Amino acid sequence: MMNPDIINIQNLCCGYPNFQLSAINIDIPKGSFAGIIGPNGSGKTTLFRAITGTLGIKSGKILLGDKNLRSLSPRLRAQNIAIVSQFIDAGDMSVEDYVLLGRIPYHSRFSFFESEEDYSIARKYMEMTDTLRFKDQLMSELSGGEQQLAAIARALTQQPELLLLDEPTSHLDITHQVHILNLLQQLNQEMGLSVLMVIHDLNLASEYCDRLILVNRGKIHTQGTPEEVLTFKHIEDVYQTVVVTQANPLSGKPAVFLATRKVLKEIQEKPADKQEK
Amino acid sequence: MQKKYLRWAFYLAGLFVLLIASVILSLSVGEMNLGFSDIFSILRKGNDSMEYTILSQIRLPRVLLGIAVGGSLSLSGVLLQGVYRNPLVEPYTLGISGGASLGVAFAIVFGLHKLIGSFVLPMTGFAGAFLIIFLVYTISSRSGRINIQSMLLTGVMISFIASSSMMLLMATTSSENLHGIVFWIMGSLDEPDRSLIYITLILAFASLVASYLFVQPLNALRLGEEKAKHLGINTDTTIKLLFLLASLLAGVCVAVAGVIGFVGLIIPHLMRLLVGSDYRILLVSSFLSGSVFLVLSDVIARTIISPNELPIGVITGIVGGIVFLLMMSRSSVQSLKNN
Repeated sequence: MMNPDIINIQNLCCGYPNFQLSAINIDIPKGSFAGIIGPNGSGKTTLFRAITGTLGIKSGKILLGDKNLRSLSPRLRAQNIAIVSQFIDAGDMSVEDYVLLGRIPYHSRFSFFESEEDYSIARKYMEMTDTLRFKDQLMSELSGGEQQLAAIARALTQQPELLLLDEPTSHLDITHQVHILNLLQQLNQEMGLSVLMVIHDLNLASEYCDRLILVNRGKIHTQGTPEEVLTFKHIEDVYQTVVVTQANPLSGKPAVFLATRKVLKEIQEKPADKQEK
Repeated sequence: MQKKYLRWAFYLAGLFVLLIASVILSLSVGEMNLGFSDIFSILRKGNDSMEYTILSQIRLPRVLLGIAVGGSLSLSGVLLQGVYRNPLVEPYTLGISGGASLGVAFAIVFGLHKLIGSFVLPMTGFAGAFLIIFLVYTISSRSGRINIQSMLLTGVMISFIASSSMMLLMATTSSENLHGIVFWIMGSLDEPDRSLIYITLILAFASLVASYLFVQPLNALRLGEEKAKHLGINTDTTIKLLFLLASLLAGVCVAVAGVIGFVGLIIPHLMRLLVGSDYRILLVSSFLSGSVFLVLSDVIARTIISPNELPIGVITGIVGGIVFLLMMSRSSVQSLKNN
């Protein structure tokens, strides 16, 4: 029977000499739009690198569909998983050349020229990400948001089952953040592409993801739907910050509001006043 | 057919024409000038005329060695820059020339070349280069996988140790030996042993072909090691094999022709500015233009103070450096930084 999960992590232990992830169990169904959240240094990126295959595994296993990730050759892995990193440093490559690199996992060592098919696949995804108009420009000439779009086009050109993104929106303004997340949502819904991303912004995570994995101190604190994960209790436990959560009036998804120290102090000093107001 | 491929074909054709032109120039110019058109008839007749002897015994071997060494050094440089993603790396930064020079200095100081024969110099040169490659490789890959940055530092450090050891030898030896060492280090395409020339030539072309097995990894490595891995490239193996290939090439060149600097640094950069950084065109165009550059430099070295001869490393350094500075100031410096 086919495994309905795109990613199934069983009792994973991995990491570095001074930082370990342990007892990680995750299953992400096919077609999910999942987010990994957690404070800085909690192990988000370590988990991400374990799934991308760049970090070795000490024990446990990671299944991609019904195949063990470690038994896949690098080439086969790159045909199944495409990765968009946080920083794209593609220098003096043209956008089209950069996107075409996504076809490398399909080329044999001896194939020298890209085929017409490679070009048509690359162009299709450049069109989808609205980067076709830059195709002859250099990557270094694009803005951060445009580079991120080109990186997504490159990842799609790998025709993966799973798209992994490392903080795809963290250095973008809100226009580009929403633009990129809308695009990812569209790809997820129309193409059935499974998406897993590390994301810092809890409100964006809540709006876009259907599953969240909250990581803290090398362990999974909790995972589930945004409603299950983004409670004020979980957030206060993990982030050590006082917050209020409330449903977004438009989407019904939980939204997180901050309580600053000043406001908290005022509430404590004048509870009566506050209540009257 | 993509426009890109047509452009590449154009570059290739241009470089081939340049190579043929520089070969003909090098064959005809010298102490005795021969007409361009005469060269072919002299070579075809193949009799014992003096012109034939000059062409077949003196000039042709130099041209062949120039093609092999220029191409190899340039190819070695472009491969190392691709692996290290560092525009300042060249075969000699990693101590290959230092090791070879040390080997030769050792042989001269202890009189091995007089004892055994002059062919011992290229042998000890190669042994020295290989020892350094081995040291850099084992020290930096102790943990099982290679750390690119530490490998670069290891190379630079070992290079320092080698050149200081050589100075130690030079400071303590006789002036006759000192002259021999300096003369060898300055480099020359004058190689009496024909079989060495053929070996170098065959090795150069074989390496060019072999390097094309790595064009996809090299192109992926333009994004960085981790991102190349994401594209399914086995970066550890690629880096190790390319390092060995590049070092072997440079080691053989230094052993046969002495230390000819700058080719491995300048030519790949010029080519990046000219043809772009796609390794599919960059590898072969670096090889061809390295050959052209060294053949032409040899013409200058032979003729400028004729009947005496300048060390070819002097020409490559001065001419190459000036041409490079001119090119850089004309095109954008940015493209260099972006590798």
